[in-house]
Amino acid sequence: MNALQAGPVSDALVITWRNLKRIPRIPELAIFAILQSIMFVLLFAFVFGGAIPLPDGGDYKEFLMPGIFAQTIAFASATTAIGMAEDMSKGLIDRFRSLPMARSAVLAGRTVADTIYQAGILVVLMLAGLVVGWSVNNGLAKFVLAVILLLAFAHVMAWIGIWIGLAVPNTETAQQLTFVTIFPLTFVSNVFVPPSALPAILQPIAEWNPVSTLTAATRELFGNPNPYVGDGFPSQYPILVTIGWMVVLLTIFAPMAIRKYRNASS
Amino acid sequence: MTNAIEAQGLVKIYPARRGSSEVRALDGVDLEVPEGTILGLLGPNGAGKTTTVRILATLLRPDAGSAKVAGFDVVKQARDVRRAIGLSGQYAAVDENLTGWENLYMFGRLYEMPKAQAKSRADELLEQFNLSEAGGRPVKTYSGGMRRRLDLAGALSGRPHLLFLDEPTTGLDPRSRLGMWDVIRELVREGTTLLLTTQYLEEADELADTIAVVDTGKIIAKGTADELKAQVGGERIEVVVSDRNAVEPAQILLKGVFGHDDVEVDEHTRRLTGSSSGGAQQLVEVVRVLGEASIGIDDVALRRPTLDDVFLTLTGHHTETSAAEGDVA
Repeated sequence: MNALQAGPVSDALVITWRNLKRIPRIPELAIFAILQSIMFVLLFAFVFGGAIPLPDGGDYKEFLMPGIFAQTIAFASATTAIGMAEDMSKGLIDRFRSLPMARSAVLAGRTVADTIYQAGILVVLMLAGLVVGWSVNNGLAKFVLAVILLLAFAHVMAWIGIWIGLAVPNTETAQQLTFVTIFPLTFVSNVFVPPSALPAILQPIAEWNPVSTLTAATRELFGNPNPYVGDGFPSQYPILVTIGWMVVLLTIFAPMAIRKYRNASS
Repeated sequence: MTNAIEAQGLVKIYPARRGSSEVRALDGVDLEVPEGTILGLLGPNGAGKTTTVRILATLLRPDAGSAKVAGFDVVKQARDVRRAIGLSGQYAAVDENLTGWENLYMFGRLYEMPKAQAKSRADELLEQFNLSEAGGRPVKTYSGGMRRRLDLAGALSGRPHLLFLDEPTTGLDPRSRLGMWDVIRELVREGTTLLLTTQYLEEADELADTIAVVDTGKIIAKGTADELKAQVGGERIEVVVSDRNAVEPAQILLKGVFGHDDVEVDEHTRRLTGSSSGGAQQLVEVVRVLGEASIGIDDVALRRPTLDDVFLTLTGHHTETSAAEGDVA
């Protein structure tokens, strides 16, 4: 109780509140994030999709949607990086650092708020998916598990975003840096095409790519077509490998982000 | 009297980066600010003013030396220092996408206030800083002056014993600057201890009890505004007479007006200069006396010592920013 009155938890909740309050004040951010994903849905579901046969048959739109969810979640790091770089350049981080608040609160509040924000975007995309013909075929429990997996991944991506946002000099660089790293990650993957359609040399990358394993994991949980690339470990156990990726990425990036924040000065 | 700030031998070195060598931003700064007084740190860009404030406000660690703020060590007892201080920087560090009220509520909560108290404190500060009407609007719709006022209100949220104002009026238009000065004077009347940095002698003069002049990481002079101006020579009146033959009688008349014999004369440019203690009133007197003696005047001016004059006198070099005096962000 005391921790809620004044302390790290209370401070983190205040920062979460602040970051959530901002979202409706900058509606363009959410609108473009959603439009970008919907553009990919339309492009692949109706333009290229007809030319991409799935090895085991199966509906391409059902195949596509989990990939779109994973792609959108992967881009969550950009939102966080831009927000963090902005707070830095506007001097807000200095203000926070001069207050008698828990230092962890700025980062915790940011990552929690951004995860909630991604949950909102995910809801919109799922509704859009249902409109174009996506469906959930494996029952509620597995659906919930898939959503938890997606949001946990979003949380990990937010921590990576914090590190990027503090490492770059301004918001423009934050945006460009995340885009040039995340875009290849989502294309050399199973998001848009079955991995067997990729050049042989790229197949191992596509197989181990965390965006791929997240996509394969959620396809499995949603009961959507999930063509395997082979007998590789990530194809056999995509959920396990995705959780492994999250642990590894968080272990690397969270301490790096915290260290950057401690030494940060604008 | 106890000291709100005590600093000894503060040194801060920024390591060399690509394209620039190591910078010794602070090179042994000592400071003492008694409680309830106002110290103005005066100096050009890059002198070390902001670095000093950042160390005292616990944002930077000194590489050498030590400092106590409100009785707490800035490195070892940073959290206690933060409870006692308010910081308002040159960037107006408020969240543009929150409303004024939401910003102040957030700062109140982060100063460890319960919700109800943070709410009433936010209302109170908006009222005090003339922002009640704008309080419900996002800060991005505010003018520059309103943002600065909100930023200052945020710094006061936790009722600090000690306030740091880092160039509170840099970049403001003259009217907003005067408004800021009124606000700061009001705080001072309430007994807040204040450390203010500025590039403008006029501002330090208006607000500070004591002025410390900073240059290349050192404090090169300290005293009241009058003491510093006395070193520079105070205000001067300059007259250029139309006729070379009038220079001598003009000099005699000016000595009478100034009440001292120290009137410099440049025969070639027909310019007479003397230090003045009577300001504009004396300027009018000079014009009247010369007019009565039918001495023609080409030019007449009252020159106040500028930061550049203070610098020139104290260091023998001009301030690097003097050419761009005014808006240096």
